Amino acid sequence: MLAPRDTKDLVEIVARATAERTKLELAGGGTKAGFGAPRDCEVVSMQNIAGVVDYDPAELVLTVRPGTSLADVQDLVAAENQMLAFEPWGELGATIGGTIAAGVAGSRRVTAGSARDHLLGFTAVSGRGETFVAGAKVVKNVTGFDLPKLMTGSWGRIGAMTELTVKVLPKPRQTVTMVARNTPLNAAYAIMASALGSNAEVSAAAYLRTGEVLLRVAGFAPSVEARCAALPRLLAEHCPLDRMADDEAEPLWRNAMSGHALQGAVLWDVHVPPRHATDLVATLEPLGIDWAIDWGGARVWIATDRTDSEVREQALNFNGEARLIRAGDEMRARVPAFHPRRPGVAMLEQRVRRAFDPADVFVTGRFKEDADADQLFA
Amino acid sequence: MSIAMPKPDAQTLAKRDRIIAALREIVPGEGVIDDLDGLRPWESDGLTAYRQPPMVVVLPETVEQVQQVLRWCHKEDVKVVPRGSGTSLSGGALPLADAVLLAMGKFKRILDIDYEDRVVVVQPGVTNLAITNAVEGRGFYYAPDPSSQIACSIGGNVAENSGGVHCLKYGLTTNNVLGVELVLMNGDVVRLGGRHLDPGGLDLLGVIVGSEGLLGVVTEVTVRILPKPETARAVLVGFSDPESAGACVAQVIAEGIIPAGMEMMDRPAIHAAEAFVKVGYPLDVGALLIVEVDGPAAECDHLIEEIARIAGANGAVTSRVSQDEAERVAFWAGRKAAFPAVGRISPDYYCMDGTIPRRRLPEVLSRMEELSQKYQLGVANVFHAGDGNLHPLILYDANVPGELARAEEFGNDILRLCVEVGGVLTGEHGVGIEKRDLMPEMFGEEDLKQQQSVKCAFDPGLLLNPGKVFPTLHRCAELGRMHVHHGEVPHPELPRF
Repeated sequence: MLAPRDTKDLVEIVARATAERTKLELAGGGTKAGFGAPRDCEVVSMQNIAGVVDYDPAELVLTVRPGTSLADVQDLVAAENQMLAFEPWGELGATIGGTIAAGVAGSRRVTAGSARDHLLGFTAVSGRGETFVAGAKVVKNVTGFDLPKLMTGSWGRIGAMTELTVKVLPKPRQTVTMVARNTPLNAAYAIMASALGSNAEVSAAAYLRTGEVLLRVAGFAPSVEARCAALPRLLAEHCPLDRMADDEAEPLWRNAMSGHALQGAVLWDVHVPPRHATDLVATLEPLGIDWAIDWGGARVWIATDRTDSEVREQALNFNGEARLIRAGDEMRARVPAFHPRRPGVAMLEQRVRRAFDPADVFVTGRFKEDADADQLFA
Repeated sequence: MSIAMPKPDAQTLAKRDRIIAALREIVPGEGVIDDLDGLRPWESDGLTAYRQPPMVVVLPETVEQVQQVLRWCHKEDVKVVPRGSGTSLSGGALPLADAVLLAMGKFKRILDIDYEDRVVVVQPGVTNLAITNAVEGRGFYYAPDPSSQIACSIGGNVAENSGGVHCLKYGLTTNNVLGVELVLMNGDVVRLGGRHLDPGGLDLLGVIVGSEGLLGVVTEVTVRILPKPETARAVLVGFSDPESAGACVAQVIAEGIIPAGMEMMDRPAIHAAEAFVKVGYPLDVGALLIVEVDGPAAECDHLIEEIARIAGANGAVTSRVSQDEAERVAFWAGRKAAFPAVGRISPDYYCMDGTIPRRRLPEVLSRMEELSQKYQLGVANVFHAGDGNLHPLILYDANVPGELARAEEFGNDILRLCVEVGGVLTGEHGVGIEKRDLMPEMFGEEDLKQQQSVKCAFDPGLLLNPGKVFPTLHRCAELGRMHVHHGEVPHPELPRF
């Protein structure tokens, strides 16, 4: 494993890999190493490029190096009553750089946006071995192309960030979970859609297999109280609502946003138009699945022991897509982690990727579409 | 008129008749404009100091026609400038003498509204405000609200990543667009994103938004809509100087409040606005803040109280809370009319758009005052205070020889100052032609090359909207060359574990 200490080391590592035609896998804490196909290549750990560069709470921006642990970043901003609004979550050891590169977002994503909406700028070393900056360190900026969007969720395919600036926001003073219990599959979507479409400002909505629809109400105390009082009236035609204790709600939200407690050797992360979430589940249930729904229906976690692509095919039938999060080596070698893009988009994506990495230094085999890029252009 | 556009290509001009004939084949009837009188209305966008009649205007009505126009121009090596409603303040839609102006004004249909999933699918020529108008009956709205929202198109908003007074809380266009259909310069159609969130793979949609018409032509947009807040209230607070107002803004945010809007005006802007719309702004203050909160009534009441307390602690000299909707609208009337109001006190004005870290505001304002002395031109400031986005309005008279050039130089110095203090050249208006030559102030050569290599991935012939955003366009083949050659790389000892 290579462990660069700074940008200079990183530039040299990329230059040498280019010259020697070896491949580099960029890694943060390594907590998501199981995503994508098994591969054998040099791993570049970004963990030594760590630390806070600048944090001014009143400016709502935080500049940090990528190897800083996600937990440390969250503690730092929490001490100022702030948060990363996209609600990133990760296992112990996850880094902020890895979290951004994987585009991780939690339940609040449905109203507050995803990691892509909160990365303001970065410095990185590209596959050309060149250091470049993109975006900026202020919350409002449209100068030049929005490369931070490309970097977020890029999984180390276009460059190694050495510094990144994220937007931070005030943390709600109070958070309450309202629950509709024993909700049948055919009633859950209407509850979530009505809640998210109401002016009670529900910030997250999830639905679990055990029948709970969770609605999160957060903000200043007088506002939270007023909205918690209003919600049961707004949803009266659908279901009764109760307040749920925090210690009961917390693990349920955790499962809704990460799918971590679902039973099954194979885990899929399915993104669909919210109205199709419960139909997707109903279609797949005869196959023997475990599931959880977040983002008001826009995200469906599906766990199963099946190693075929039925989940992916059904996701497509419902105008969505399925990402393979967890599976054995054999399946991951066979089934691409990302839902295959349509041909025109696939070609464009490869052209954009090669705009950053023309020599395929970061093509490790983890993502088969990158390794097969030349076939698209043939 | 200091910004030079690329020299028109003689070969293209020589085949103008053939280009027009080919476009008429694709778009029959009135959809092609080529006579000088007909071209005149298209010669400029919102940056009216720059004018250039296009070679020809084409107004397609279908996606197939857009594809055919682009495919033909691609084959024939003819440049294309896409255009929405032409309200860009940075010259993003300025025509070129040797380019086809591709105007998307006929794509005016709202294709679908899904209230349950809270998305609307529209054609790009639909105006920003028309989306809100279409859904407000059911209690929804489209959040980004650029001041030109009555006229500007959603396609143009996507190109420019437009903002508005509410974007601190609700985001820019990029945070509110879920998908686009895009025609590439070679005529291919791709769909990026859709009605679901966070598609896998590189976020191509993310780089399309704000790409200023350099990467493709948007033919359909899917946006998210939000439930309209139950109420909105505003408070109008006067301070003796901008420093105190700035301190108030910082404290509001530090105490965890993200107002729906937080606008600052300096003395010249206050006086101009009050003289124009007479809404009762205090005239004896050095800075005025309009702070608006929205949400449930209980929240608004609570926050207005908190903001009034914070304002008092920061030396507010006047404070008025809106008692009803009419008064809230009146507070905004002056701010929203600030540009035309300044237009009444000066024959011409030039609107700038930098963003700064808010903590640097006092220093930036005092140096702006020095620049005002140096250039002998007045300046009025309106300011999206919450997110640090400055709109200095430079006052000049285009009929006085040299004043426009001086105004532009003054503006450039302001933007250099924004970058120097850690900010950016443009917060919401885009680079266009206006800030093109200032890009090296903010980005190094490698940074710009990396951005341009993305341009090359979409449009290797550099035919879409040339002369905008990049001070120099390198040939794509040059950019592709690798900088590292075999055997020339050092092999230092690297730490391993």
